[in-house]
Order: sequence, then C-alpha cells, then structure tokens
Amino acid sequence: MARYVLFHIAKCVVLLLAVSFLCFALVNASPIDPVQANLGQAAYINMDPEKRAELAAYWGVDAPLWESYANWLGGVVQGDWGISLRYNAPVLQVIAERTANTLMLMAVAWVVSGLLGFALGIAAALHRDGWIDRTIKGYCYLLAATPTFWLAMIFLLCFSVLLPIFPIGFSLPIGVNSSEATLLDALHHLALPAITLSLVGVANIALHTREKTIDVLESDYVRFSRMRGLSPAEALRNGCWRNLLLPALTLQFASISEIFGGSVLVEEVFSYPGLGQAAVTAALGGDVALLAGIAVISAVLVFGGNLAANILYGVIDPRIRRGQSESGKSARGGVGSDVGSARGSRPPRRMNGQRFTEQNEAGGRG
Amino acid sequence: MTDLQDIRSSSARVIQAHDAKDMHGAHDAHDHHHHRHAENPVHTHGHHLLQVEDLSVGFRMYDPTEPFFAAKQELVNVIDHLSIAVHEREIVALVGPSGAGKSLLADAIMACYEPNVQVEGRIWFDGELQDAKSLAALAGGAIAVVPQSVASLNPLVKVGKQVQGGRRGAAKEDCARKQQELFARYGLVPSVADLYPHELSGGMARRVLLCCALIGNPRLIVADEPTPGLDEAAALRVLEDFRAFADGGGGVLLITHDIELALRVADRIAVFHDKTIVEETSVASFASPEHLQHPFSRALWHALPEHGFSAAGE
Repeated sequence: MARYVLFHIAKCVVLLLAVSFLCFALVNASPIDPVQANLGQAAYINMDPEKRAELAAYWGVDAPLWESYANWLGGVVQGDWGISLRYNAPVLQVIAERTANTLMLMAVAWVVSGLLGFALGIAAALHRDGWIDRTIKGYCYLLAATPTFWLAMIFLLCFSVLLPIFPIGFSLPIGVNSSEATLLDALHHLALPAITLSLVGVANIALHTREKTIDVLESDYVRFSRMRGLSPAEALRNGCWRNLLLPALTLQFASISEIFGGSVLVEEVFSYPGLGQAAVTAALGGDVALLAGIAVISAVLVFGGNLAANILYGVIDPRIRRGQSESGKSARGGVGSDVGSARGSRPPRRMNGQRFTEQNEAGGRG
Repeated sequence: MTDLQDIRSSSARVIQAHDAKDMHGAHDAHDHHHHRHAENPVHTHGHHLLQVEDLSVGFRMYDPTEPFFAAKQELVNVIDHLSIAVHEREIVALVGPSGAGKSLLADAIMACYEPNVQVEGRIWFDGELQDAKSLAALAGGAIAVVPQSVASLNPLVKVGKQVQGGRRGAAKEDCARKQQELFARYGLVPSVADLYPHELSGGMARRVLLCCALIGNPRLIVADEPTPGLDEAAALRVLEDFRAFADGGGGVLLITHDIELALRVADRIAVFHDKTIVEETSVASFASPEHLQHPFSRALWHALPEHGFSAAGE
C-alpha cells in the first residue's frame, strides 16, 4: 500500500515538472514580448528604450529558459508561486479568486453531462435502431461536430440577446459590488456557460455509454438473464448495470480534462472570470508564472481524477478488489467437494482473458 | 434388429393414440415425428414434452461474394428444417461438431433472438403450440437453460444473488430459501453464495449454473455444452446431475459435441449434420453401425475411439 502511494506521488511530481517546464519552454519560444503585451501599445511606444530595458530586466524577460525555470521552481518549493504580470498580484491569489468560479462551472457541467449522457446512452442502447436511439444519436453527432465556442455564441445570441433570459456575461451583475451580489445572481450568471459546457460534454459520454451498453446487452450474462425470463432492461436493473459503471467512471474522470478545455473557450465567450479565461490572458500576455500555475493546477485536477477512477475500480470490481487482497490466501470459505482446487489448479477459461482485457482497457484509457 | 423394429412398432401405436387426439396432426406417423424412441418413451397425456418441427434459423446478411456496394441481403440458413422431440424422463443429446449452429436451437427454444435472425418452424411445449411470446414467457420457468460457461454469470454480482434473481414476481425470501436448498442438494456450501463468479472452480460454476436453472422449477432443461473445460470425472458428475433431473420426471435436451459423453448419459442421440438433424435414435442403436440409418451417423460411429478412429466407414 505504501509503495502504491509513493509510486503515484512520484508519478504526479514527474508529471507536474514536465507540464510546468513545457509551459516555460512554450512561453519562451513564443514571439510575444511580455513588456510590450503588458504595457499597452501607446505606453510602449512612448517609453524610452532604457525604461523598456529596465522593465525587461525586472520581469526577467531576457533570462535564459533554464534560469527562469529554476527560479520559478525554487520559489514554488518555498511556497512562492511568483507574481502575475497581467494581474499584478501573487499567482496563488489570482488562481484562488478564479478557481471558485471555474470549479463551480466545471462541477455543474461535469455532473450534468455525466448523468445526462449516461442516461441517454442507456436509453439509446435499449431502443437500439428505434426512433429514440436515432434521435439521441443524431443529437450527439450534431453536438460532437459543434465547436464549443460557436455553440456558446449561438446560445448567447439566442438566450441573452434575442430572448434576454440570461445575462450576456460575467459572473456577477455589472456595476454591482461582489459583496452585494446574491447567490441567485451568481447562479443566474453561471447558468448559460454551464448549460453550454454540459450539452457539449453530453455527446461524448452518451455515445460511449451507448456502445458500452450494447456490448453489455450482447454479453453472455445478459443473454443468460434474458433466457431466464428477464427483458434487457430488467437484466440491466438486476445488477448488470454494474458492468457499465467501470467504463462510465473511466469516461467521467477522463472527461475532466475535456471539460477544463471546454471551460477555457466558454469562459472566454461569456467573459466569465474563471481559470480558463485567466489562462488565455496569461498566455497572450507572456505571463509565464500565472500560466504555469494554472497548468499545474489543471494537471493536478486531471491527475487526481484519473487516480480517483483507478481507486474506484478497486472498490467496484471484485475481480480487482478480491484479486489483490486475497491472492496470498487460499480459497475463501468454500469447502465443497471440488472447492479445494478452486483457485490453484483452475483450467484457463475465457473469464481470465476477459478480465485482463478489461483491465488493460481501463488502464489504457485512464 | 428385431428389437428396434419392436420399438418402432410400439411408437407407431403411440402415434396413433395421439393422432386420435389430434393435438397437432403429426406429418408422418410411420416415422413418429422423425425419431425413434428409447426403450420406455413417456408420452404424458399423449404428447411430447418438447417437440420442434421443421425449424429453420437463418440470418439476413450481405452476400460476401458480391462486390461491397453491390452486395444484396440474402437469407443464410444455419439450421434447415430441423425436427427433434424430448420426452419426459429422458435425456436427448444433440450431437454435432462445434460451431455447426447447434446452440441456435437452444436460442430458438428460449426465444432469445439476434436482431437479424429469421426463425421459422413449429415448437410445441407440453402439447401446446408456442410462439415467440409464449416461449419467452416459459423461459426461466418451465423451460430453463444451463449455459456453457461461467461467463454467463454477471462478473460483478455475488453468485447467491444471481441464482436467486432472474424470475420476476417471485418473493425474495422464497428465492433465498430455494437457493439454499439447491446449494445443499448439489454439494455447494452456503459460503459459496458470497463468492463472485471468477472465484468459482469449473465444477462449482456448472453447479451454480444448474441451480440458476432449477430455481424456476423447470420441466425441461436445455443444456448448451455443459462440460467443456471439465476433466472427465467432473463432466460425468455434471451429467449425473442432469440424469437425476430427468429421472425425477423432467426432460433434458443436451447440446454437445462430445458424443462419447452423450452415449454414456443420454437416452437418445440426435445427430446434427449439415444444418439439420439427420437421425434421431436411441443410444442402443449406437451399439452397432447397422442400426444407424444415416451415413453420417455411421461415420460418427466409426470415428469413436473404441472403433478405431477411422475416418470413413470402411
């Protein structure tokens, strides 16, 4: 167990080092001049060259890649994530302010798209090739082919401009102090971005769940349930749905990264002050400290999601759970006439192969 | 030879008896539904427990010889005009090579159809002509299937629960009690109920599958290849369980590719060849190739180990 934890911590550290270094390398390679980007056009032109050089030196613009990365890393180890150029505030403070907004948006989209996609996928599979299936499939293909930002703009046009149901942007009413805004205001502003993000996420989850449900419905155990007098839907309700849970979990936790990516676009369109919007601002402004900070946070989110999925497999799947905890012990409980040989000298069966492929599949996706 | 003629004449009498009742108008009284009986056929109320006539199972698929876009759909029969009957108190073994389509007979009887399948023919159960809907209603109750492998159990649900579950409408406590009784009868200790399918040995798994079938108090068991992967002793134990069920008044349709095992336990053998049953006869007929009518059955006889594995009937 300790080995397992240490191994995953080491994996996470290596991942974060790689992600943050990549961030620095990319910003270093980008043609954007942070001084120019952060001063604004007029100020930059009117500034004398000495002043510019002074600012560049102050921001460490011309420092070599290794040096600036080592500086940043040294600071992070001590808890100092640097100062954001664009927001002129400590990176951690900027991230903390925006994480609440983004997490709320992502959580709503994640839960809604997960549940809705799962339900639609199962409904489509149960009515395979019927009109319900064709409708759901059509909807999913349409959405899967729709760029997130475009859908966001269409929604903005339809539900904020033509039909002014929702505000056109921001996380709070314009001109209202954040301390005066109510929770209802916040939810009202959250709604349209969250709906956009959820609907886009649904397509992927529903189509994958549909495929997996069809696999399960064609499996030997559902066949056997049907031969025992259950309808496919009854068989699913009667325990076979658990077989959908593993792929659904993989999908759900893997979709964290997609939802995060989508939130960048959606926040940009809706001017919603979240991490995604800050990431765009940071990248365009050459604000490497903020960008690296956001990248690290999002990598932790995605890594944590996949790790959670891996841990949940063990909780749900007895083949993993009992396989791990009992491989050392002898056959559990059973003492029938041929139970003694139950585990030791079992002939190779299809079961084994199936089990390994499923694990591999899970590992591959996760 | 004379023995067999005796059997045939007695069966002819039986057929007259139930032709008189005119349950369903057998086509060919002389052949008695295309089969010959074992020694003591049981025609309760003058009819078979299960009777299948002229069953054809085909799949609509694209002609593989045509170019991709020009290919037309055609019906490919995998079972062609098959007839078979199962009496009470007997085991009928449907014997044929693996992959020949024998299991589709089980699917047809259990009303478990693939989307592109086309099934034609007549199936009577207990004297009543069935259709897909009534067969589906019988499945899991009066007709139960014992599948081939533990893969037919849900890998994520404990075995005891799976044996109990299945039938709708049955009270939970009754199912639990019945499951415990069955486990006791088939030598499974109570703690087996808490195992997951992957923790069962081959022999235990077969018994669990048998318990799944018996929980619905079936009168007919369709056993689809119940022995592969078992050593001979375990396979015989499984077949003894079927024997005991048949001796208790039930009928068993045993689908297998293992003719040696079939000869040891069954009352009658139905030889599956070239999409249909070419001969349905008593196990006694396999004592000598002269008693077998179809060339394929005789070839099968010659191919048995004790007759020298010869490929043809020289």
